[in-house]
Amino acid sequence: MITTTDLTKVYRSRDREVTALAGVDLHVRPGEVYGVVGTSGAGKSTLIRCVNMLERPSSGTVTVDGIELTALPGGENRAGRELREARRRIGMVFQHFNLLASRTVQQNVELPLEIIGLDRAERRRKAAELLDLVGLGDKARSYPGQLSGGQKQRVGIARALAGDPKVLLSDEATSALDPETTRSILKLLRDLNQQLGLTVLLITHEMDVIKSVCDSAALMRGGRVVESGALTDLLARPGSELARELFPLSEFGTGHPGGTVLEITFQGDTSARPFVSQLTRTYQIDINILGAAVETIAGRMVGRMRVELPGTRADNVVPIGFLREQGLQVDVIGADGAGEASGAVA
Amino acid sequence: MTWDQMQELMRPATWETLQMVGVATAFTVLLGLPLGVLLVLTDKGGLLQNRPVNKVLGAVVNVARSVPFIILMIALISFTRWLVGTSIGWQAATVPLTIGAIPFFARLVETSIREVDRGLVEAVQSMGGSTWTIVRKTLLPEALPGLAASVTTTVITLVSYSAMAGAVGGGGLGTLAINYGYFRFETAFMWIIVAELVIIVTLVQLLGDRAVRSLANRGRTGGRTRLLRPRGTAPAAATDEDLVAS
Repeated sequence: MITTTDLTKVYRSRDREVTALAGVDLHVRPGEVYGVVGTSGAGKSTLIRCVNMLERPSSGTVTVDGIELTALPGGENRAGRELREARRRIGMVFQHFNLLASRTVQQNVELPLEIIGLDRAERRRKAAELLDLVGLGDKARSYPGQLSGGQKQRVGIARALAGDPKVLLSDEATSALDPETTRSILKLLRDLNQQLGLTVLLITHEMDVIKSVCDSAALMRGGRVVESGALTDLLARPGSELARELFPLSEFGTGHPGGTVLEITFQGDTSARPFVSQLTRTYQIDINILGAAVETIAGRMVGRMRVELPGTRADNVVPIGFLREQGLQVDVIGADGAGEASGAVA
Repeated sequence: MTWDQMQELMRPATWETLQMVGVATAFTVLLGLPLGVLLVLTDKGGLLQNRPVNKVLGAVVNVARSVPFIILMIALISFTRWLVGTSIGWQAATVPLTIGAIPFFARLVETSIREVDRGLVEAVQSMGGSTWTIVRKTLLPEALPGLAASVTTTVITLVSYSAMAGAVGGGGLGTLAINYGYFRFETAFMWIIVAELVIIVTLVQLLGDRAVRSLANRGRTGGRTRLLRPRGTAPAAATDEDLVAS
Protein backbone atom coordinates (compact mmCIF):
# COMPACT_ATOMS: atom_id res chain seq x y z
CA MET A 1 0.00 0.00 0.00
CA ILE A 2 2.86 2.32 0.86
CA THR A 3 6.27 1.58 -0.57
CA THR A 4 9.35 3.71 -0.37
CA THR A 5 12.54 2.74 -2.09
CA ASP A 6 15.93 4.13 -1.23
CA LEU A 7 14.38 7.34 0.03
CA THR A 8 16.83 10.08 0.92
CA LYS A 9 16.30 13.62 2.12
CA VAL A 10 19.13 16.06 2.55
CA TYR A 11 18.55 19.53 3.95
CA ARG A 12 20.99 22.09 2.65
CA SER A 13 21.68 25.28 4.46
CA ARG A 14 24.34 27.75 3.52
CA ASP A 15 27.38 25.95 4.79
CA ARG A 16 26.29 22.47 5.74
CA GLU A 17 24.17 19.53 4.80
CA VAL A 18 22.00 17.52 7.12
CA THR A 19 20.94 14.08 6.03
CA ALA A 20 17.52 13.36 7.49
CA LEU A 21 16.87 10.20 5.50
CA ALA A 22 19.70 8.03 4.27
CA GLY A 23 18.07 5.44 2.04
CA VAL A 24 14.84 4.22 3.59
CA ASP A 25 12.99 1.22 2.20
CA LEU A 26 9.59 0.79 3.76
CA HIS A 27 6.86 -1.56 2.79
CA VAL A 28 3.44 -1.19 4.37
CA ARG A 29 0.93 -3.88 3.45
CA PRO A 30 -2.73 -3.04 2.79
CA GLY A 31 -4.85 -3.06 5.92
CA GLU A 32 -2.08 -3.12 8.48
CA VAL A 33 -1.08 -0.68 11.19
CA TYR A 34 2.57 0.08 10.70
CA GLY A 35 4.54 1.95 13.32
CA VAL A 36 7.83 3.73 12.86
CA VAL A 37 9.59 4.34 16.13
CA GLY A 38 12.75 6.20 16.96
CA THR A 39 14.19 8.97 19.04
CA SER A 40 13.77 12.56 17.93
CA GLY A 41 16.10 13.35 15.09
CA ALA A 42 15.99 9.79 13.78
CA GLY A 43 14.22 10.98 10.64
CA LYS A 44 10.80 9.46 11.24
CA SER A 45 8.98 12.76 10.95
CA THR A 46 10.72 13.54 7.68
CA LEU A 47 9.83 10.07 6.48
CA ILE A 48 6.10 10.40 7.08
CA ARG A 49 6.07 13.89 5.55
CA CYS A 50 7.77 12.50 2.48
CA VAL A 51 5.02 9.92 2.08
CA ASN A 52 2.48 12.59 1.10
CA MET A 53 5.11 14.91 -0.32
CA LEU A 54 4.77 17.61 2.30
CA GLU A 55 8.50 17.32 1.88
CA ARG A 56 9.94 16.31 -1.42
CA PRO A 57 12.56 13.57 -1.05
CA SER A 58 16.00 14.32 -2.46
CA SER A 59 16.00 10.95 -4.19
CA GLY A 60 14.16 7.64 -4.16
CA THR A 61 10.53 6.86 -4.83
CA VAL A 62 7.29 6.85 -2.84
CA THR A 63 4.35 4.82 -4.06
CA VAL A 64 0.98 4.99 -2.33
CA ASP A 65 -1.88 2.80 -3.50
CA GLY A 66 -0.24 2.20 -6.84
CA ILE A 67 0.53 5.84 -7.60
CA GLU A 68 4.14 6.89 -7.68
CA LEU A 69 3.89 10.25 -5.95
CA THR A 70 7.53 11.13 -6.54
CA ALA A 71 6.82 11.07 -10.28
CA LEU A 72 4.05 13.68 -10.05
CA PRO A 73 4.99 17.25 -10.88
CA GLY A 74 5.12 20.10 -8.40
CA GLY A 75 7.55 21.69 -5.99
CA GLU A 76 7.57 21.26 -2.24
CA ASN A 77 5.03 23.99 -1.65
CA ARG A 78 3.31 24.12 -5.01
CA ALA A 79 1.76 20.75 -5.66
CA GLY A 80 0.51 20.02 -9.13
CA ARG A 81 -3.06 18.98 -9.77
CA GLU A 82 -2.30 15.25 -9.85
CA LEU A 83 -0.46 15.34 -6.54
CA ARG A 84 -3.29 17.32 -4.96
CA GLU A 85 -5.78 14.72 -6.18
CA ALA A 86 -3.61 11.92 -4.80
CA ARG A 87 -3.34 13.65 -1.43
CA ARG A 88 -7.11 13.67 -1.09
CA ARG A 89 -6.86 9.90 -0.78
CA ILE A 90 -4.26 10.08 1.98
CA GLY A 91 -5.51 11.26 5.36
CA MET A 92 -3.15 12.80 7.85
CA VAL A 93 -3.39 13.54 11.56
CA PHE A 94 -0.97 15.75 13.40
CA GLN A 95 0.58 15.96 16.84
CA HIS A 96 -0.86 19.40 17.44
CA PHE A 97 -4.16 18.63 15.69
CA ASN A 98 -3.89 21.62 13.31
CA LEU A 99 -7.57 22.48 13.48
CA LEU A 100 -8.79 25.85 12.29
CA ALA A 101 -9.78 27.92 15.32
CA SER A 102 -12.04 30.05 13.17
CA ARG A 103 -14.25 27.11 12.18
CA THR A 104 -16.57 24.94 14.19
CA VAL A 105 -15.87 21.25 14.56
CA GLN A 106 -18.29 20.48 11.76
CA GLN A 107 -16.82 23.14 9.50
CA ASN A 108 -13.36 21.75 10.16
CA VAL A 109 -14.47 18.32 9.03
CA GLU A 110 -16.15 19.90 6.01
CA LEU A 111 -12.97 21.62 4.87
CA PRO A 112 -11.53 18.68 2.91
CA LEU A 113 -15.00 18.09 1.46
CA GLU A 114 -15.07 21.68 0.23
CA ILE A 115 -11.73 21.04 -1.43
CA ILE A 116 -13.10 17.92 -3.08
CA GLY A 117 -16.06 20.01 -4.24
CA LEU A 118 -19.08 18.41 -2.57
CA ASP A 119 -22.21 20.53 -2.27
CA ARG A 120 -23.41 21.87 1.06
CA ALA A 121 -26.02 19.21 1.85
CA GLU A 122 -23.65 16.41 0.96
CA ARG A 123 -20.89 17.95 3.09
CA ARG A 124 -23.17 18.30 6.06
CA ARG A 125 -24.34 14.71 5.84
CA LYS A 126 -20.83 13.36 5.50
CA ALA A 127 -19.44 15.49 8.32
CA ALA A 128 -22.21 14.36 10.67
CA GLU A 129 -21.50 10.76 9.76
CA LEU A 130 -17.78 11.14 10.42
CA LEU A 131 -18.31 12.90 13.73
CA ASP A 132 -20.57 10.07 14.83
CA LEU A 133 -17.90 7.61 13.81
CA VAL A 134 -15.34 9.24 16.10
CA GLY A 135 -17.87 9.69 18.89
CA LEU A 136 -18.28 13.46 18.70
CA GLY A 137 -21.72 13.74 17.12
CA ASP A 138 -22.83 16.18 19.82
CA LYS A 139 -19.89 18.54 19.39
CA ALA A 140 -20.52 19.56 15.78
CA ARG A 141 -21.24 23.17 16.66
CA SER A 142 -18.43 23.65 19.17
CA TYR A 143 -15.21 25.40 18.31
CA PRO A 144 -11.87 23.58 18.68
CA GLY A 145 -10.99 25.95 21.53
CA GLN A 146 -13.79 24.41 23.58
CA LEU A 147 -12.56 20.84 23.24
CA SER A 148 -10.07 18.78 25.20
CA GLY A 149 -6.94 17.45 23.53
CA GLY A 150 -8.41 14.03 22.94
CA GLN A 151 -11.56 15.48 21.42
CA LYS A 152 -9.48 17.71 19.16
CA GLN A 153 -7.58 14.71 17.91
CA ARG A 154 -10.87 12.92 17.24
CA VAL A 155 -11.90 15.88 15.10
CA GLY A 156 -8.52 15.66 13.39
CA ILE A 157 -9.15 12.00 12.65
CA ALA A 158 -12.68 12.67 11.37
CA ARG A 159 -11.27 15.36 9.11
CA ALA A 160 -8.53 13.05 7.85
CA LEU A 161 -11.16 10.46 6.95
CA ALA A 162 -13.35 12.88 5.01
CA GLY A 163 -11.90 12.07 1.62
CA ASP A 164 -12.48 8.32 2.12
CA PRO A 165 -8.77 7.68 2.20
CA LYS A 166 -7.26 4.23 1.98
CA VAL A 167 -4.24 5.38 3.92
CA LEU A 168 -4.00 7.32 7.15
CA LEU A 169 -0.74 8.94 8.17
CA SER A 170 -0.36 9.72 11.84
CA ASP A 171 2.41 12.10 12.80
CA GLU A 172 2.86 11.61 16.57
CA ALA A 173 -0.92 11.82 16.94
CA THR A 174 -0.89 10.90 20.60
CA SER A 175 2.32 12.55 21.75
CA ALA A 176 0.56 15.64 23.07
CA LEU A 177 -2.02 13.61 25.00
CA ASP A 178 -2.11 12.06 28.45
CA PRO A 179 -1.86 8.26 28.79
CA GLU A 180 -5.60 7.72 29.28
CA THR A 181 -6.51 9.78 26.21
CA THR A 182 -3.70 8.20 24.25
CA ARG A 183 -5.26 4.81 24.89
CA SER A 184 -8.68 5.92 23.68
CA ILE A 185 -7.26 7.52 20.53
CA LEU A 186 -5.20 4.43 19.76
CA LYS A 187 -8.24 2.26 20.23
CA LEU A 188 -10.12 4.49 17.79
CA LEU A 189 -7.33 4.14 15.23
CA ARG A 190 -7.39 0.39 15.68
CA ASP A 191 -11.18 0.28 15.28
CA LEU A 192 -11.04 2.37 12.12
CA ASN A 193 -8.31 0.13 10.79
CA GLN A 194 -10.54 -2.89 11.33
CA GLN A 195 -13.91 -1.39 10.36
CA LEU A 196 -12.79 0.50 7.27
CA GLY A 197 -9.82 -1.61 6.25
CA LEU A 198 -7.74 1.52 6.61
CA THR A 199 -4.00 1.20 6.25
CA VAL A 200 -2.31 3.23 8.96
CA LEU A 201 1.27 4.45 8.99
CA LEU A 202 2.11 6.06 12.27
CA ILE A 203 5.26 7.47 13.73
CA THR A 204 5.87 7.72 17.42
CA HIS A 205 8.62 7.85 19.98
CA GLU A 206 6.62 5.75 22.42
CA MET A 207 7.16 2.02 22.41
CA ASP A 208 3.78 1.61 24.12
CA VAL A 209 2.02 2.91 21.01
CA ILE A 210 3.73 0.29 18.89
CA LYS A 211 2.90 -2.38 21.43
CA SER A 212 -0.79 -1.56 21.63
CA VAL A 213 -1.84 -0.94 18.01
CA CYS A 214 0.76 -1.97 15.48
CA ASP A 215 0.94 -5.08 13.38
CA SER A 216 4.36 -4.18 12.08
CA ALA A 217 7.07 -1.83 13.14
CA ALA A 218 10.29 -0.26 12.01
CA LEU A 219 13.02 1.16 14.18
CA MET A 220 14.76 4.23 12.81
CA ARG A 221 18.11 5.63 13.79
CA GLY A 222 20.22 8.23 12.05
CA GLY A 223 17.94 8.40 9.02
CA ARG A 224 17.93 4.67 8.42
CA VAL A 225 15.59 1.82 9.22
CA VAL A 226 17.72 -0.45 11.36
CA GLU A 227 15.10 -3.13 11.88
CA SER A 228 11.60 -3.80 10.61
CA GLY A 229 8.99 -6.49 10.32
CA ALA A 230 5.77 -7.88 11.76
CA LEU A 231 5.77 -7.68 15.56
CA THR A 232 5.25 -11.40 15.99
CA ASP A 233 8.26 -12.08 13.78
CA LEU A 234 10.35 -9.50 15.56
CA LEU A 235 9.67 -11.08 18.93
CA ALA A 236 10.78 -14.42 17.57
CA ARG A 237 13.93 -12.94 16.09
CA PRO A 238 16.97 -13.57 18.28
CA GLY A 239 18.82 -10.43 19.25
CA SER A 240 16.08 -8.20 17.91
CA GLU A 241 16.53 -4.69 19.20
CA LEU A 242 12.86 -3.83 18.75
CA ALA A 243 11.79 -6.96 20.60
CA ARG A 244 14.07 -6.04 23.47
CA GLU A 245 12.59 -2.54 23.55
CA LEU A 246 9.05 -3.85 23.33
CA PHE A 247 9.70 -6.32 26.02
CA PRO A 248 12.54 -5.16 28.21
CA LEU A 249 14.05 -7.73 30.52
CA SER A 250 17.19 -5.81 31.29
CA GLU A 251 16.27 -5.30 34.91
CA PHE A 252 16.16 -9.04 35.48
CA GLY A 253 19.06 -10.78 37.21
CA THR A 254 21.87 -12.27 35.18
CA GLY A 255 22.38 -15.43 37.24
CA HIS A 256 25.42 -16.89 38.95
CA PRO A 257 28.78 -17.88 37.54
CA GLY A 258 28.75 -21.54 36.54
CA GLY A 259 25.09 -21.50 35.57
CA THR A 260 23.51 -21.19 32.14
CA VAL A 261 21.05 -18.38 31.68
CA LEU A 262 18.28 -18.83 29.12
CA GLU A 263 15.78 -16.37 27.82
CA ILE A 264 12.60 -18.10 26.78
CA THR A 265 10.00 -16.35 24.63
CA PHE A 266 6.62 -17.93 24.15
CA GLN A 267 3.71 -16.76 22.05
CA GLY A 268 0.07 -17.66 21.66
CA ASP A 269 -0.99 -21.11 22.86
CA THR A 270 2.49 -22.16 23.98
CA SER A 271 2.11 -19.74 26.83
CA ALA A 272 -0.49 -22.00 28.34
CA ARG A 273 1.81 -25.01 28.62
CA PRO A 274 3.55 -25.75 31.92
CA PHE A 275 7.00 -26.24 30.38
CA VAL A 276 8.97 -25.35 33.48
CA SER A 277 7.54 -28.11 35.59
CA GLN A 278 7.77 -30.50 32.65
CA LEU A 279 11.46 -29.68 32.36
CA THR A 280 12.05 -30.18 36.05
CA ARG A 281 10.27 -33.51 36.13
CA THR A 282 11.74 -34.91 32.93
CA TYR A 283 15.37 -33.98 33.53
CA GLN A 284 15.47 -33.75 37.31
CA ILE A 285 17.06 -30.29 37.29
CA ASP A 286 16.48 -27.32 39.53
CA ILE A 287 15.39 -24.25 37.64
CA ASN A 288 16.00 -20.84 39.06
CA ILE A 289 13.58 -18.26 37.65
CA LEU A 290 15.28 -14.87 37.37
CA GLY A 291 12.37 -12.99 35.93
CA ALA A 292 9.27 -13.30 33.82
CA ALA A 293 6.65 -11.14 32.16
CA VAL A 294 3.58 -11.64 30.02
CA GLU A 295 2.17 -8.97 27.73
CA THR A 296 -0.29 -8.59 24.92
CA ILE A 297 1.44 -7.43 21.78
CA ALA A 298 -0.33 -7.02 18.45
CA GLY A 299 -3.33 -8.73 20.02
CA ARG A 300 -1.39 -11.83 21.04
CA MET A 301 -0.17 -13.06 24.37
CA VAL A 302 3.57 -12.99 24.51
CA GLY A 303 5.64 -14.05 27.47
CA ARG A 304 9.28 -13.89 28.27
CA MET A 305 11.11 -15.67 31.03
CA ARG A 306 14.69 -15.64 32.12
CA VAL A 307 15.79 -18.81 33.89
CA GLU A 308 19.04 -20.25 35.14
CA LEU A 309 19.96 -23.88 34.75
CA PRO A 310 22.81 -25.41 36.77
CA GLY A 311 25.95 -26.36 34.86
CA THR A 312 27.58 -25.06 31.72
CA ARG A 313 25.96 -24.70 28.38
CA ALA A 314 27.38 -28.01 27.24
CA ASP A 315 25.68 -29.72 30.19
CA ASN A 316 22.33 -28.31 29.16
CA VAL A 317 22.16 -29.15 25.48
CA VAL A 318 19.43 -31.71 26.06
CA PRO A 319 17.06 -29.53 28.17
CA ILE A 320 17.50 -26.65 25.70
CA GLY A 321 16.62 -28.99 22.85
CA PHE A 322 13.54 -30.09 24.80
CA LEU A 323 12.37 -26.49 25.20
CA ARG A 324 12.85 -25.76 21.52
CA GLU A 325 10.86 -28.84 20.67
CA GLN A 326 7.99 -27.33 22.64
CA GLY A 327 7.87 -24.47 20.14
CA LEU A 328 9.59 -22.01 22.42
CA GLN A 329 12.21 -19.53 21.37
CA VAL A 330 15.30 -19.98 23.50
CA ASP A 331 18.21 -17.57 23.63
CA VAL A 332 21.26 -18.49 25.63
CA ILE A 333 22.58 -15.46 27.42
CA GLY A 334 26.36 -15.19 27.51
CA ALA A 335 28.37 -14.28 30.57
CA ASP A 336 28.29 -10.62 29.58
CA GLY A 337 24.50 -10.66 29.55
CA ALA A 338 24.21 -10.13 25.82
CA GLY A 339 22.06 -12.44 23.76
CA GLU A 340 23.95 -15.03 21.78
CA ALA A 341 22.40 -15.61 18.41
CA SER A 342 21.05 -19.07 18.70
CA GLY A 343 17.94 -20.83 17.64
CA ALA A 344 14.52 -19.75 16.55
CA VAL A 345 11.03 -21.06 16.84
CA ALA A 346 11.06 -24.70 15.77
CA MET B 1 -17.54 83.00 16.31
CA THR B 2 -20.64 81.57 17.87
CA TRP B 3 -21.28 77.92 18.58
CA ASP B 4 -24.01 77.90 15.92
CA GLN B 5 -21.59 79.19 13.31
CA MET B 6 -19.07 76.58 14.31
CA GLN B 7 -21.62 73.83 14.07
CA GLU B 8 -22.69 74.93 10.63
CA LEU B 9 -19.12 74.67 9.43
CA MET B 10 -18.34 71.47 11.25
CA ARG B 11 -21.25 69.38 10.06
CA PRO B 12 -20.32 69.23 6.35
CA ALA B 13 -16.61 69.07 7.21
CA THR B 14 -17.14 66.05 9.46
CA TRP B 15 -19.10 64.37 6.74
CA GLU B 16 -16.31 65.06 4.27
CA THR B 17 -13.70 63.61 6.61
CA LEU B 18 -15.74 60.47 7.15
CA GLN B 19 -16.28 60.03 3.43
CA MET B 20 -12.64 60.64 2.69
CA VAL B 21 -11.51 58.13 5.31
CA GLY B 22 -14.20 55.62 4.35
CA VAL B 23 -13.39 55.59 0.65
CA ALA B 24 -9.65 55.56 1.31
CA THR B 25 -10.05 52.65 3.75
CA ALA B 26 -12.06 50.67 1.24
CA PHE B 27 -9.46 51.06 -1.48
CA THR B 28 -6.59 50.51 0.93
CA VAL B 29 -8.02 47.17 2.05
CA LEU B 30 -8.86 46.21 -1.51
CA LEU B 31 -5.32 46.81 -2.74
CA GLY B 32 -3.26 46.43 0.42
CA LEU B 33 -4.64 43.02 1.42
CA PRO B 34 -3.46 41.23 -1.75
CA LEU B 35 -0.15 43.04 -1.49
CA GLY B 36 0.34 41.90 2.09
CA VAL B 37 -0.59 38.31 1.20
CA LEU B 38 1.80 38.41 -1.72
CA LEU B 39 4.60 39.65 0.54
CA VAL B 40 4.16 36.51 2.67
CA LEU B 41 3.67 34.04 -0.16
CA THR B 42 6.65 35.16 -2.22
CA ASP B 43 9.01 35.27 0.74
CA LYS B 44 11.66 32.61 1.32
CA GLY B 45 9.93 29.35 2.23
CA GLY B 46 6.59 30.79 1.16
CA LEU B 47 4.01 28.98 -0.92
CA LEU B 48 4.87 31.01 -4.00
CA GLN B 49 8.50 31.63 -3.16
CA ASN B 50 9.89 34.16 -5.60
CA ARG B 51 12.85 36.13 -4.37
CA PRO B 52 12.99 38.80 -7.10
CA VAL B 53 9.27 39.60 -6.83
CA ASN B 54 9.50 39.66 -3.05
CA LYS B 55 12.51 41.97 -3.11
CA VAL B 56 10.83 44.38 -5.54
CA LEU B 57 7.55 44.45 -3.59
CA GLY B 58 9.41 44.91 -0.32
CA ALA B 59 11.48 47.77 -1.74
CA VAL B 60 8.42 49.54 -3.17
CA VAL B 61 6.62 49.25 0.15
CA ASN B 62 9.62 50.53 2.11
CA VAL B 63 10.16 53.51 -0.19
CA ALA B 64 6.47 54.42 -0.15
CA ARG B 65 6.42 54.23 3.63
CA SER B 66 9.49 56.42 3.97
CA VAL B 67 8.06 59.35 2.01
CA PRO B 68 6.44 61.85 4.41
CA PHE B 69 2.74 62.03 3.70
CA ILE B 70 2.71 65.75 3.03
CA ILE B 71 5.40 65.28 0.34
CA LEU B 72 3.57 62.31 -1.12
CA MET B 73 0.42 64.39 -1.41
CA ILE B 74 2.17 67.13 -3.34
CA ALA B 75 4.10 64.69 -5.51
CA LEU B 76 0.87 62.97 -6.47
CA ILE B 77 -1.00 66.14 -7.50
CA SER B 78 -0.76 65.56 -11.25
CA PHE B 79 -1.61 61.89 -10.85
CA THR B 80 -4.63 62.83 -8.74
CA ARG B 81 -5.79 65.38 -11.28
CA TRP B 82 -5.48 62.78 -14.04
CA LEU B 83 -7.42 60.23 -11.98
CA VAL B 84 -10.28 62.26 -10.48
CA GLY B 85 -10.12 65.44 -12.57
CA THR B 86 -9.24 67.78 -9.71
CA SER B 87 -6.59 68.11 -7.05
CA ILE B 88 -8.65 69.79 -4.34
CA GLY B 89 -11.59 68.65 -2.27
CA TRP B 90 -12.11 65.43 -0.37
CA GLN B 91 -12.49 63.29 -3.49
CA ALA B 92 -9.01 64.32 -4.60
CA ALA B 93 -7.59 63.73 -1.13
CA THR B 94 -8.62 60.06 -1.19
CA VAL B 95 -5.98 59.35 -3.83
CA PRO B 96 -2.85 60.25 -1.81
CA LEU B 97 -4.54 58.90 1.33
CA THR B 98 -5.06 55.51 -0.31
CA ILE B 99 -1.60 55.39 -1.84
CA GLY B 100 -0.02 56.43 1.44
CA ALA B 101 -1.95 53.85 3.44
CA ILE B 102 -1.56 50.82 1.14
CA PRO B 103 2.07 50.00 2.02
CA PHE B 104 1.38 50.68 5.67
CA PHE B 105 -1.61 48.35 5.69
CA ALA B 106 0.22 45.75 3.60
CA ARG B 107 2.95 45.45 6.24
CA LEU B 108 0.35 45.00 8.96
CA VAL B 109 -1.37 42.32 6.88
CA GLU B 110 1.95 40.61 6.33
CA THR B 111 2.59 40.45 10.08
CA SER B 112 -0.89 39.11 10.84
CA ILE B 113 -0.64 36.37 8.23
CA ARG B 114 2.80 35.31 9.35
CA GLU B 115 1.28 34.56 12.73
CA VAL B 116 -0.96 31.84 11.34
CA ASP B 117 0.37 28.46 12.46
CA ARG B 118 2.36 26.81 9.70
CA GLY B 119 0.79 23.50 10.72
CA LEU B 120 -2.60 24.69 9.46
CA VAL B 121 -1.12 25.33 6.04
CA GLU B 122 0.32 21.83 6.07
CA ALA B 123 -3.00 20.36 7.09
CA VAL B 124 -4.73 21.95 4.11
CA GLN B 125 -1.88 20.90 1.84
CA SER B 126 -2.25 17.34 3.04
CA MET B 127 -5.94 17.50 2.10
CA GLY B 128 -4.96 18.40 -1.43
CA GLY B 129 -5.76 22.10 -1.18
CA SER B 130 -4.24 24.53 -3.68
CA THR B 131 -2.40 27.69 -2.73
CA TRP B 132 -5.53 29.70 -3.43
CA THR B 133 -7.54 27.42 -1.14
CA ILE B 134 -4.93 27.85 1.57
CA VAL B 135 -5.10 31.64 1.32
CA ARG B 136 -8.87 31.81 1.15
CA LYS B 137 -9.85 29.12 3.62
CA THR B 138 -6.97 29.17 6.07
CA LEU B 139 -4.65 32.17 6.06
CA LEU B 140 -7.29 34.89 5.81
CA PRO B 141 -9.94 33.43 8.15
CA GLU B 142 -7.35 32.46 10.76
CA ALA B 143 -5.66 35.86 10.58
CA LEU B 144 -8.98 37.68 10.83
CA PRO B 145 -8.54 39.09 14.35
CA GLY B 146 -5.12 40.44 13.36
CA LEU B 147 -6.52 41.80 10.12
CA ALA B 148 -9.32 43.57 11.97
CA ALA B 149 -6.73 45.18 14.25
CA SER B 150 -4.75 46.21 11.17
CA VAL B 151 -7.80 47.86 9.63
CA THR B 152 -8.44 49.73 12.88
CA THR B 153 -4.89 51.05 12.99
CA THR B 154 -5.10 51.99 9.32
CA VAL B 155 -8.36 53.89 9.76
CA ILE B 156 -6.87 55.88 12.62
CA THR B 157 -3.80 56.66 10.57
CA LEU B 158 -6.07 57.77 7.74
CA VAL B 159 -7.97 60.10 10.05
CA SER B 160 -4.74 61.83 11.00
CA TYR B 161 -3.53 61.88 7.38
CA SER B 162 -6.87 63.35 6.31
CA ALA B 163 -6.36 66.22 8.71
CA MET B 164 -2.96 66.80 7.14
CA ALA B 165 -4.61 66.79 3.73
CA GLY B 166 -6.43 69.89 4.91
CA ALA B 167 -3.16 71.81 4.56
CA VAL B 168 -3.31 71.53 0.78
CA GLY B 169 -7.04 71.97 0.31
CA GLY B 170 -8.09 68.41 0.95
CA GLY B 171 -11.35 69.43 2.56
CA GLY B 172 -12.83 68.01 5.74
CA LEU B 173 -12.02 68.85 9.35
CA GLY B 174 -8.34 69.43 8.58
CA THR B 175 -9.08 72.26 6.17
CA LEU B 176 -11.47 73.78 8.67
CA ALA B 177 -8.93 73.67 11.47
CA ILE B 178 -6.25 75.28 9.37
CA ASN B 179 -8.36 77.91 7.58
CA TYR B 180 -10.35 79.08 10.58
CA GLY B 181 -8.44 77.93 13.62
CA TYR B 182 -4.93 78.64 12.46
CA PHE B 183 -5.03 81.36 9.79
CA ARG B 184 -7.84 83.32 11.46
CA PHE B 185 -6.62 82.78 15.01
CA GLU B 186 -9.86 81.13 16.12
CA THR B 187 -7.92 79.05 18.63
CA ALA B 188 -11.01 77.86 20.46
CA PHE B 189 -12.51 76.58 17.22
CA MET B 190 -9.29 74.77 16.39
CA TRP B 191 -9.29 72.97 19.72
CA ILE B 192 -12.93 71.99 19.27
CA ILE B 193 -12.05 70.42 15.93
CA VAL B 194 -9.09 68.65 17.51
CA ALA B 195 -11.43 67.35 20.20
CA GLU B 196 -13.78 66.04 17.54
CA LEU B 197 -10.90 64.21 15.84
CA VAL B 198 -9.97 62.70 19.19
CA ILE B 199 -13.54 61.48 19.60
CA ILE B 200 -13.57 59.96 16.11
CA VAL B 201 -10.26 58.17 16.72
CA THR B 202 -11.44 56.89 20.11
CA LEU B 203 -14.66 55.57 18.65
CA VAL B 204 -12.82 53.80 15.83
CA GLN B 205 -10.38 52.25 18.29
CA LEU B 206 -13.19 51.14 20.55
CA LEU B 207 -15.15 49.53 17.75
CA GLY B 208 -12.04 47.95 16.31
CA ASP B 209 -11.03 46.48 19.67
CA ARG B 210 -14.46 44.99 20.13
CA ALA B 211 -14.36 43.42 16.69
CA VAL B 212 -10.89 41.99 17.31
CA ARG B 213 -11.90 40.60 20.67
CA SER B 214 -15.04 38.94 19.41
CA LEU B 215 -13.17 37.42 16.47
CA ALA B 216 -10.34 36.18 18.66
CA ASN B 217 -12.80 34.76 21.16
CA ARG B 218 -14.52 32.52 18.68
CA GLY B 219 -14.78 29.22 20.39
CA ARG B 220 -13.42 30.39 23.68
CA THR B 221 -15.82 30.52 26.54
CA GLY B 222 -15.68 33.47 28.87
CA GLY B 223 -15.27 36.00 26.09
CA ARG B 224 -17.25 38.90 27.40
CA THR B 225 -17.90 40.97 24.33
CA ARG B 226 -19.37 39.46 21.26
CA LEU B 227 -20.42 41.31 18.16
CA LEU B 228 -21.43 38.04 16.59
CA ARG B 229 -23.58 35.71 18.54
CA PRO B 230 -21.87 32.40 19.22
CA ARG B 231 -23.32 29.65 17.12
CA GLY B 232 -25.11 27.06 19.15
CA THR B 233 -24.54 26.45 22.79
CA ALA B 234 -21.15 25.30 23.75
CA PRO B 235 -20.66 23.08 26.76
CA ALA B 236 -17.12 23.85 27.76
CA ALA B 237 -15.93 21.36 30.28
CA ALA B 238 -16.33 18.05 28.49
CA THR B 239 -13.41 15.78 29.16
CA ASP B 240 -12.05 12.69 27.57
CA GLU B 241 -13.19 10.64 30.51
CA ASP B 242 -16.74 11.12 29.29
CA LEU B 243 -15.79 9.57 26.01
CA VAL B 244 -13.91 6.69 27.52
CA ALA B 245 -16.80 5.97 29.79
CA SER B 246 -19.40 5.99 27.05
